[in-house]
Amino acid sequence: MKTPPSQFLSDYGIVLALLILCGYFSWVTFDWQHPNGTPAAQPLAEELIRNFPAGTRVLIAAPEGQDDVEFAHSLANRLRNAGFLVVETITGQPALARQALERLARAENPPHLIACNHTSAGWGVFENLGVKFPELASASLVTPRTHRWPSFLKMDNLLNIANQIAVIAIIAIGMTMVIITAGIDLSSGSLIALSAVVSTLLIRDFAGAENASAIGMLLSCLAGIALCGAVGCFSGFMVAVVGIPAFIATLGMMLVASGLAFIVAQGQSIYQVPDTFVWLGRGANLAVPNAVLLMLALYALAHVMMSRMALGRYIYAVGGNPEAARLSGVPIKSVLIFVYTLSAMLAGVGGIVMASQLKSGAPTYGGMYELYVIAAVVVGGTSLSGGEGKVLGTLIGAFIIAVIQNGMNLTGVESYTQKVVLGLVILGAVLLDMLKRKRWNVKRWFGRSA
Amino acid sequence: MSSPKSTPPLLVVKSVSKAFPGVLALDRVSLELMPGEVLALLGENGAGKSTLIKILAGAHRPDTGSVHLRGQEVSLNTPAEAQRLGIAVIHQESNLVRGLTVSQNLFLGRERTTAGFVLARQERAASLELLRRSGAEIHPDTLCRQLTVAQQQLVEIAKALSQEARIIVMDEPSASFTNLEVARLLAIIRDLKAQGIGIIYVSHRLDEIFRLSDRVMVLRDGRHVATRPISEVNREALIELMVGRQLENEFPVRRAERGEERLAVEDLRRGDKVRGVSFSIRRGEILGLTGLIGAGRTELARLIFGADLPDSGSISLDGRKLKIRNPRDAIQAGIALLTEDRKAQGLVVGRSVRENFGLPNLPLLLRCGFVRQGRERSAFARHVESLRIRISHAEQPAQVLSGGNQQKVVLAKWLERNCPVILFDEPTRGIDVGAKYEVYLLIQELAAQGKAILMISSELPEVLGMSDRILVMHEGRIAGEITDVTHTTQEQIMNLAVGARSTASLIPSLRSAVIE
Repeated sequence: MKTPPSQFLSDYGIVLALLILCGYFSWVTFDWQHPNGTPAAQPLAEELIRNFPAGTRVLIAAPEGQDDVEFAHSLANRLRNAGFLVVETITGQPALARQALERLARAENPPHLIACNHTSAGWGVFENLGVKFPELASASLVTPRTHRWPSFLKMDNLLNIANQIAVIAIIAIGMTMVIITAGIDLSSGSLIALSAVVSTLLIRDFAGAENASAIGMLLSCLAGIALCGAVGCFSGFMVAVVGIPAFIATLGMMLVASGLAFIVAQGQSIYQVPDTFVWLGRGANLAVPNAVLLMLALYALAHVMMSRMALGRYIYAVGGNPEAARLSGVPIKSVLIFVYTLSAMLAGVGGIVMASQLKSGAPTYGGMYELYVIAAVVVGGTSLSGGEGKVLGTLIGAFIIAVIQNGMNLTGVESYTQKVVLGLVILGAVLLDMLKRKRWNVKRWFGRSA
Repeated sequence: MSSPKSTPPLLVVKSVSKAFPGVLALDRVSLELMPGEVLALLGENGAGKSTLIKILAGAHRPDTGSVHLRGQEVSLNTPAEAQRLGIAVIHQESNLVRGLTVSQNLFLGRERTTAGFVLARQERAASLELLRRSGAEIHPDTLCRQLTVAQQQLVEIAKALSQEARIIVMDEPSASFTNLEVARLLAIIRDLKAQGIGIIYVSHRLDEIFRLSDRVMVLRDGRHVATRPISEVNREALIELMVGRQLENEFPVRRAERGEERLAVEDLRRGDKVRGVSFSIRRGEILGLTGLIGAGRTELARLIFGADLPDSGSISLDGRKLKIRNPRDAIQAGIALLTEDRKAQGLVVGRSVRENFGLPNLPLLLRCGFVRQGRERSAFARHVESLRIRISHAEQPAQVLSGGNQQKVVLAKWLERNCPVILFDEPTRGIDVGAKYEVYLLIQELAAQGKAILMISSELPEVLGMSDRILVMHEGRIAGEITDVTHTTQEQIMNLAVGARSTASLIPSLRSAVIE
């Protein structure tokens, strides 16, 4: 079974767009990289151990940032283990280094090496060292090796992108399904706030606040998600059974959910949660952040559901032609109620992830998020008129938005300009999709008239 | 096909060809149209009729060849240009704006205004005149959504007249007309002829073509096969020209034995559409159901299928009473409905043919909620072969298929479901002669398997040729039952359909209903 090239383009064109974007940002952020922390200390230590004998005296100097301190201590430990003499480890202002140098210049055994990271190597004290301290003229300055690499492609940055998009991407799963049924869900953003507020409130008031157990937190979060599910079920009922247009029904629920979040939280942020609450949002038990793992797992499940299960078929059929679906025995009302419920529950999950990332719940969370979510779905190739679209396309769409935002941050584009660019990108993506479809339509039409 | 008459032809198409990637849709086709002449354009689906029409409408440009109007070569680059030159095309589906009145539609885009204000009274007066000329008894202030399909076509004709059209191309205008409406349309066309307007008329209904056209032109596979004065051909000859081979019969010979009662409908009612209908169908029986549009035929089928809920009445299958609240219940109980409008109700046209095929059958193809795709594919492949569905692969979207092939996909999905009762609503609408015969054969075969079949149709020859028994509906009630189908005429059925309780209902009851 061969698929025509246009089909290939519509399936993979979006991936191509993402790759091109990544390539572009890699190119413009290609720059000297100055490693720091343990990743910089280890190779430097190995290099010194190889080139200098044991007993070499070393002065280590670094500023006082977290990574700098980590660099200094990690280097000191490794060198001591190799039999080097670390005469002093300075972490702080350049003035501290000056005092140390003056002290060492008067000492009997001046250091052979002064190890710095990229920042401390630039300090004025180390300039013309032989002139200022003739006793230290023989000491040489060593720094970690630098290399050229795109800032965009640094592992930290890539994980950062994934973590930042996790909330939007998770909600976009449900939104994709709703949009495939030719509906829309405007309540997602408010449900983020509702779920975050309700979950943190339950943790504070019932699970023991800062001392809450894992089980207590889990139950609180499930309750938050379930509440969102109930809201979604109600929207679905209004759409499927009562027949209110989805735009209006979910617009109403958007206001209701947002108002409820403010009422429940009494307009305050709720931050009385245990430190372990951030496990989901900031933790990374495996190589990848937990929130990203959750996102990927949800996408895998959703993809299987949409492509292999009867429910997925029904969702496409309801969106493509509700009357034909009904006359083929598809329970269209149940299908619609299901997608709205699922969409709301996923918004609830997104709210939990966000609360965990920010270690608090506030009713202001998720403002405008529904629009970013819809943008991700549309950029991912799902048609707002329903019946077509792919969950994995949405994942790519979410990444495209995240990559553009991240790339603009890295290249120092102002946040207002970023909004303008993002808006234009969304329009461009949809335009391209339409052009592609149009050509395809013409071909189809040729086929019929022949 | 040169005309000996002295008047110059209105329209001459000279050796027009049009190729699309992979196909030659039109291969050096020529035609001539005289003022006041009706030229019928015939051909199977895909013969090139629509391409030719689109060239005349300005939607396509021919690759080679030329179009001449009143002796002058013209180039029809856009639909607007074609309109300006006096060519109006009336499509099967009307292009009226449903929320506007008839009068507003007639002057849409060409409003009569002073200083930006519409002169509604003047437009209305002009509309009245146009509607009179097109034979439509419609008030110009009626909203278009309130019009029947037939009335919409008449408004389209009026619109063509308002554009001073000298040539009107009608693409299957009567596809969804009842016989009565067709008769009206034919009268109107005769009137247009008298006004000197040339008409190109496309239809699958041969009866109409014999009744109104002067000449008939047949296309096959993009080529011109023949153009003959209508008086020189007969029905069989035309079919032969169209399909390129001889069809022995239009309808297959009945074979099925009839068994005991299968479906029984008792006093079914819904509003004023269906008012107390009772009937039954036996195993192996084909029950024809006919009547005018709006008589309640489709509504009746939808009630049986649970697509609409009846106010009262009962339905039983094999003696067992059914409780049907929605189509899902009906399908589970063993009733299938093949709807009249495939695109709107039969298919999810944006999805693949395989998915469409699977839709009603998923409950039988599932394991733990997962679709057994291998089984689905092989079942579909079986039907593709037995029904000879022409598709390039199973993932093709349903919308790319021709009408006949779409109908076959719908057939396939319901055949797989293997329901004991099958309701066909206009099973052969819009499909060509060759495909029609295949559908007839299939219906017969289903009956032979012991299924009970209800066949709704507006085409009386089809009803008479296929049914074992015929019910005629009029205003929501069964106006008459015909048991002796072989000795019934179309006129007798029409009498019942228009509500005249005349001899037609009596004659068959005097005879015994023996067929074969």
